[in-house]
Amino acid sequence: MSETAPRPRRTALPYLLVLPAVLALGFALGYPLVRQVLLSFQDYGLAQQFGRPPEWIGLDNYRELVTDEYLWRVTLRSLVFCLVNAVATLVLGVGLALLMRHMSKPVRIAVQSALLLAWAMPVVASLTVWQWLFDTQYGIVNWSLTRIGMDYEGHSWLLQPLSFFFVATVIVVWMSVPFVAFTVYAALTQVPEDLVEAAEIDGAGPVERLRHIVLPSIRDVLLVVALLQVIWDLRVFTQIYVLQQAGGSTHDTNLLGTYIYRLGIGGGKFGMASAVAIFMLVLTVILTGPYVRAMLKKEED
Amino acid sequence: MPRPVRRSLKVTANLAGVVAFLLCAFPVYWMVNSSFLPRNRIRNPDPTWLPLGGTLDNYRTVFEGDQFLNALKISLMVTVLTIVVALAFAFVAAVAVSRFRFRGMKSFVVALLVIQMIPVEGLFISQYKMLEGVNLLNTVVGLSIVYVAAVLPFTVWTLRGFVSGVPYELEEAAMMDGCSRVQAFFRVTFPLLAPGLVATGVFGFIQAWNEFTLALVVMTREDRRTLPLWLSTFTDVNRGTDWGGIMAGSTLIAIPVVVFFLVVQGRMVAGLTTGAVKG
Repeated sequence: MSETAPRPRRTALPYLLVLPAVLALGFALGYPLVRQVLLSFQDYGLAQQFGRPPEWIGLDNYRELVTDEYLWRVTLRSLVFCLVNAVATLVLGVGLALLMRHMSKPVRIAVQSALLLAWAMPVVASLTVWQWLFDTQYGIVNWSLTRIGMDYEGHSWLLQPLSFFFVATVIVVWMSVPFVAFTVYAALTQVPEDLVEAAEIDGAGPVERLRHIVLPSIRDVLLVVALLQVIWDLRVFTQIYVLQQAGGSTHDTNLLGTYIYRLGIGGGKFGMASAVAIFMLVLTVILTGPYVRAMLKKEED
Repeated sequence: MPRPVRRSLKVTANLAGVVAFLLCAFPVYWMVNSSFLPRNRIRNPDPTWLPLGGTLDNYRTVFEGDQFLNALKISLMVTVLTIVVALAFAFVAAVAVSRFRFRGMKSFVVALLVIQMIPVEGLFISQYKMLEGVNLLNTVVGLSIVYVAAVLPFTVWTLRGFVSGVPYELEEAAMMDGCSRVQAFFRVTFPLLAPGLVATGVFGFIQAWNEFTLALVVMTREDRRTLPLWLSTFTDVNRGTDWGGIMAGSTLIAIPVVVFFLVVQGRMVAGLTTGAVKG
C-alpha cells in the first residue's frame, strides 16, 4: 500500500493521536495478559479470592496440568471438534461457492439472500432457534425423523456427548458457511474466464479445470479462509456453553474455552484457569503464526 | 461434448441451490413463525407451518416482563458507549497511521493484527480479575472497556483503509488555498470519511450487541444482564421452556442486527478477510 503524505517534520502529534487507542488496549488487554502470566505461577483459589495473599508456586500449576489427564482430553476434544467443524464448513462453503457459478440467476440470488440472512443472525438467536428445532418434545427434527419411520419420538439430542457435539457442529457450521461461501465466490469471480474457456477448448473436463485452473488461482484466499476457520473453531465458546446450560453433561462436553470458564469463574481456581488460558494462547499463536506472517508480507508490498 | 455435461452441472447446481436455500432460510423462518404461535399450537405433536391466525401474545409476554426491558436498556448503554469511544479512539489512531510517518508506526500496526488473533477465552479470566480489582464488575463501564478493546483493532484497521482512500493531494490543494492543515483535514477529508465511519460504527454495533462471552464473565448479576444473556437464560431445563416467548425475544434481538448487517455487508466483506472478527 503506498502511503502518500510523508511529513518529514518530526512532531509529537501522531503519538498523541494513537495514545488513546494504545492506552485502552494496554489497560483492557495488555495489563490482564501480564497479570494472567503472573497468576498462572500463583496458587490463587477461593481462599485468595477472600483476601489471603496468593502464594508463588512456580511451575506447579503447569506441572499439575500437564499431568492432568482431563486437560489432554479437553484439548484433544477441542482439536477434533475444531477440525471437524473447519473441514465441514470449508467443504460446504467452497462447494457452494463453486456451484453458485452454475446456478440460474434467480436460484443464485435466492441462495445468496438466504446465506446473508444466516450470516446476519445473532449467535444467541441462532442458538435458541436450533435448540427449538432439536427440541425433545416438540422439535421439528424429531418430528420429521419420526415421520420418515425412525424412532426419534422424545429423543434428547443433548444427553449423549456425541450427539451433543453433532448439534453444536450443525449450529457452528450453519453460522460459518456464509462467510466462506461469499469470500470464495468473490475470489472465483476474479478467475480469468478466458483461461477456463481455453482449457475447455483443449478438452479439459470440469474436474480437471477445477484442479488445474480454478483452485490454483484462488489458493491464497482458500488458505486465509481455512486458517481463520481453524482459529475460530478452536475457540468456540458460546455454542458449547449455552448447550451445556440447556442440558449437556459439562464434564463430557467441555472444550478449552468452557473449561477455563468453569475452572476460573465457576470454580474460583484462578491460578489453574490462568495456566490453561496461557496454554490456549500458545496454541493459538502456533496456529496463527503463518497467517500473521502472510498478512505482514502483504502489508509490506 | 461439453453440452450434456453443462446441462447436468446446471441441474445439480440448481438442486444444491434449493437445498442450501432451505437449510439457510428455514431456521430463520421457523423463528419468526413460532414467535406468532400461541402456546397450544407450539405444544402440539404436529407442527404449524404457517402463522395463520397467529397472535402477538408472545411479544406481549416479552415486553410485560421487566427483564427484557432492563436487558435492552443495559445492552443499549453498553453498545452506544462502546461505539462512541471505539470510533473516537480508532479514528484519531487511523489518521495517525495513514497521514503521518513516525517511529513505532509499524509495530503499532503489527500489534493490531496480532491482537485480533487473541481469543477472548484466553484472556477473560484476568480481565475478570482486573475489573474486579477496580470495582467495575457488573457495570456498564466495565463491560464497555473490554468491548472497546475487543473492537478497537478491527476498527482502526478498517478506518485506516478509508482514510488512506482519500487522496492526500485533496488536502494539499486546500492548504494551497489558505487552509491550515487541521482545517484542510476537517473540511476536505472528514466529510468524505462519513460513510466509512458509519459502516465501521454499524459493525461495532453488531459486535457489541451480539457479544456473549465477555458479557457472561463481566455481568454476573441477574439485573445487569445484556440481551444475549437474557435470551440464553430463557431456555432452562428445569422450567418448561416457553418456545414462543423465546422465539419472540430472538426475533426482537435479531431484527436490528439483520437490518444493519444487510446495509453494511458489502463494505465489510473485504474487511472481514483481513481482520478476524466473528461472534
